[in-house]
Amino acid sequence: MSREAFVNAAILLALLAVPLWALANDEPFTITLATRAAILALAGVGLNVALGLGGLVSLGHAVFFGIGGYAMGVLASHAQSYDPIMEAPFLIEGTKSMPIIWIAALVTSAIAALGIGALSLRTSGVYFIMITLAFGQMAYYFAIGWPAYGGEDGLSIYVRNGFPGLNTLDPIQFFAIAYTLLLLALLLVWRLSKSPFGLALNAARQSAARVETAGIRPYTLRLTAFVISGALTGLAGALFADLNRFVSPSMLSWQTSGEIMVFIILGGVGRLCAPVAGAGMFVLLEHWLGGTGEFWHIWLGAILLFVVLFARGGLIGALAGRGRTDG
Amino acid sequence: MDSVLQARTLSKSFGALRACDGVDLDLRTGEIHALIGPNGAGKSTLIKLLAGSLTPDTGSVHIDGTDVTREGVAARARRGIARTFQVSALAMEDTVLQNALLGAIGARRSAFRFLRPALRDEQARMTAEAALARVGLSDAARTPVAQLSHGQRRQLEVAVALAQSPRAFVMDEPMAGLGETGSAEMTALLDGLRHEAPILLVEHDMRAVFALADRISVLVAGAVIASGTPTEIRADEAVRRAYLGEEA
Amino acid sequence: MPTALLVEQLLNGLQAGMTLFLMAAGLTLVFGVMGLINLAHGSLYMVGAFAAAAVAAATGSFLLALAAALAAGAIAGVVVEMVVIRRLYDRDHLDQVLATFALILIFSEGTRWVFGSFPLQLDIPAWLAGPITLPGGIPYPLYRLTIIGIGLAVAIALWLLIERTRTGIRIRAGENDREMISALGVDISRLYTLVFALGAALAGLAGALVGAIQSVQVGMGEPVLILAFVVIVIGGIGSIRGALIGALLVGMTDTMGRILLPSLLATITDASMAASVGASLASMSVYILMAVVLVWRPSGLFGAAT
Repeated sequence: MSREAFVNAAILLALLAVPLWALANDEPFTITLATRAAILALAGVGLNVALGLGGLVSLGHAVFFGIGGYAMGVLASHAQSYDPIMEAPFLIEGTKSMPIIWIAALVTSAIAALGIGALSLRTSGVYFIMITLAFGQMAYYFAIGWPAYGGEDGLSIYVRNGFPGLNTLDPIQFFAIAYTLLLLALLLVWRLSKSPFGLALNAARQSAARVETAGIRPYTLRLTAFVISGALTGLAGALFADLNRFVSPSMLSWQTSGEIMVFIILGGVGRLCAPVAGAGMFVLLEHWLGGTGEFWHIWLGAILLFVVLFARGGLIGALAGRGRTDG
Repeated sequence: MDSVLQARTLSKSFGALRACDGVDLDLRTGEIHALIGPNGAGKSTLIKLLAGSLTPDTGSVHIDGTDVTREGVAARARRGIARTFQVSALAMEDTVLQNALLGAIGARRSAFRFLRPALRDEQARMTAEAALARVGLSDAARTPVAQLSHGQRRQLEVAVALAQSPRAFVMDEPMAGLGETGSAEMTALLDGLRHEAPILLVEHDMRAVFALADRISVLVAGAVIASGTPTEIRADEAVRRAYLGEEA
Repeated sequence: MPTALLVEQLLNGLQAGMTLFLMAAGLTLVFGVMGLINLAHGSLYMVGAFAAAAVAAATGSFLLALAAALAAGAIAGVVVEMVVIRRLYDRDHLDQVLATFALILIFSEGTRWVFGSFPLQLDIPAWLAGPITLPGGIPYPLYRLTIIGIGLAVAIALWLLIERTRTGIRIRAGENDREMISALGVDISRLYTLVFALGAALAGLAGALVGAIQSVQVGMGEPVLILAFVVIVIGGIGSIRGALIGALLVGMTDTMGRILLPSLLATITDASMAASVGASLASMSVYILMAVVLVWRPSGLFGAAT
């Protein structure tokens, strides 16, 4: 087992151990914090497909996070009011079933990623960053202005959605769901990174000319990565909304995009488990510093600045030694 | 006609500059066809037109008789054009084997397989390893490209192209930056490759060109001024004028 | 639509475009010359607005407030450039994005800490407050006309600076070949600080000018920043001319969209639906404009091909 694999295992075990400890000590709030970390990590794992593997600095991933959230909000709110989403040409009813909501979140955010990616990937570098940011803002304003689903105020649901055989209102059971999905996503991304697709995508990040000359279009590789990336982040959005039983345009805001990216840099760019380490750190900082004063973002900013300027490897880099990007 | 790669009346202008001016060119099975000419003669433009990274203003490019004039780089690569670059274009963080695998993956059109590890694709891996063995990089298979010497990177460029199992090689100055020994090794390598697939060779190293080429085309100001065997080219008046100036 | 209203809205669009230009000019210069993407440009806009509001409250002078905005923007720019930004020139875009995102967090929370969470008031001075009558008898606020005038003056001054002065030659040279001009003995790091401070001062000025129409509050910079990005994407990165044309296009599209879309929609659907959906579509219109330009010219109207 390599040192990084060891660190990864330790991080994932820590994320599992915290809520189990909290369960034993009857601290449900800590379980919720761990659930929050797992879900945010999942959003980061999604972004990491585009950012880490593909080198695509997307500042618009809040779009997919938000679409996942609204997929949950729309389906669940229609289900709780027994009012079908549409009746013609065919009947679509709301649902309170998590698996169906997840599929809806995956599909809708994948479609959005296909559209946004197809346009944004015509450009590269700094244009790509600005354009993804702009599309994010476009979705944000759309959500604020669209009155049917709460507009600026967002959308609440009364009861958390259900999963067959589980009681999702029990914090530890909902944590188990989030944690399992996180592990599955990590497994998927790990396999992806070793696959021919991952090899080609990773090579396209380093030399697009080489990949194209080998007969593979970098555009198609990147668009595929962007769609997978958006879909995973969308799934995280659905879970996040379910955790809070609330979805609002703030899930689509550019700050959310920035924060998802922050998870990756705090953990260490180019590392499989970076989003898990980063999201864990983020939630801890938010909890501790948020408790000591209301200006905790100053400290978050200072830590982020320090990591970017002086500790490029992030947390995993510090624990596991040199990796791809600091070599 | 056994012409694998064929250009007919290719022209390309950049503003007032005619970088490529009515070029006819054939690359035939089993040959090394060298393309020479002074700096600025339009060799790079011609290579880009053949590989598909530029679209000609007029004229056509055929691969195995199929018109590919409107196809891009990747599409032409899938038809069997393997290009090497003057300045190595490689995935520097990846290993030598991963780079070679990329060629095999491209040729096998398996880039959109998502779950099986690339290294478990035995056929692609064998192709890649055979290509590395051919250029003498087997021992460096696990080494990241960033740690290779310049000469090894030039060899890897050729190996990636070879792993594509191409119909034709288009090589842009494979000897660039190589010392005496390196050039001699590369010359020996290319000499054997012509039987796998013909090579269109752009090269400044005239010793290598005259040692390797079955035919030579001379490009001056975007136009082919002479084409023939090395002996014919040596004797050609127009070439002597263009190259040797007052010595002719 | 009556002519007076149309003219008023066209001028509003022009005014919005000019403030965007003040933001976009600095961004595009900093990117063109130093290759840096600066998310914290919106924070400098906010700094300018707060400085203006504070000075106006203390002295009652609007001109002093504008001077304070320029100075605060420039000083914040110099400090940020020397402490953080100059370490980022050789980094990749991801590092630049994250470090300047960190700066936003620090600036926003710092401002909230100093000034509190409530918006500050910056009033238009009495001598600029009233409407004036345009040819044709159309009344229009003098203050907004002044913004248009300032924007035009800045555009001309920037053009003169870049095309006609020694510093301008160095700035243009810096875009092309950093090593060469430092080999020629130009102090490149001073030039960079200067360019960054210039962009920051313009952002500060924009913040103060807009702050007097809207409110001065934490977070006011980022929506403008993102619109300025749209401007640059449309105009082409690094081009001042592109920034001006792009800013006017975006300002016009945004303003006219807000007026025209709801009334257009009202012809096909009921009024309240048209109002809300129209507003929602209107706020998307500039992004749709951006998407159209992208499909047509991926590197912007005046950008070099990538």
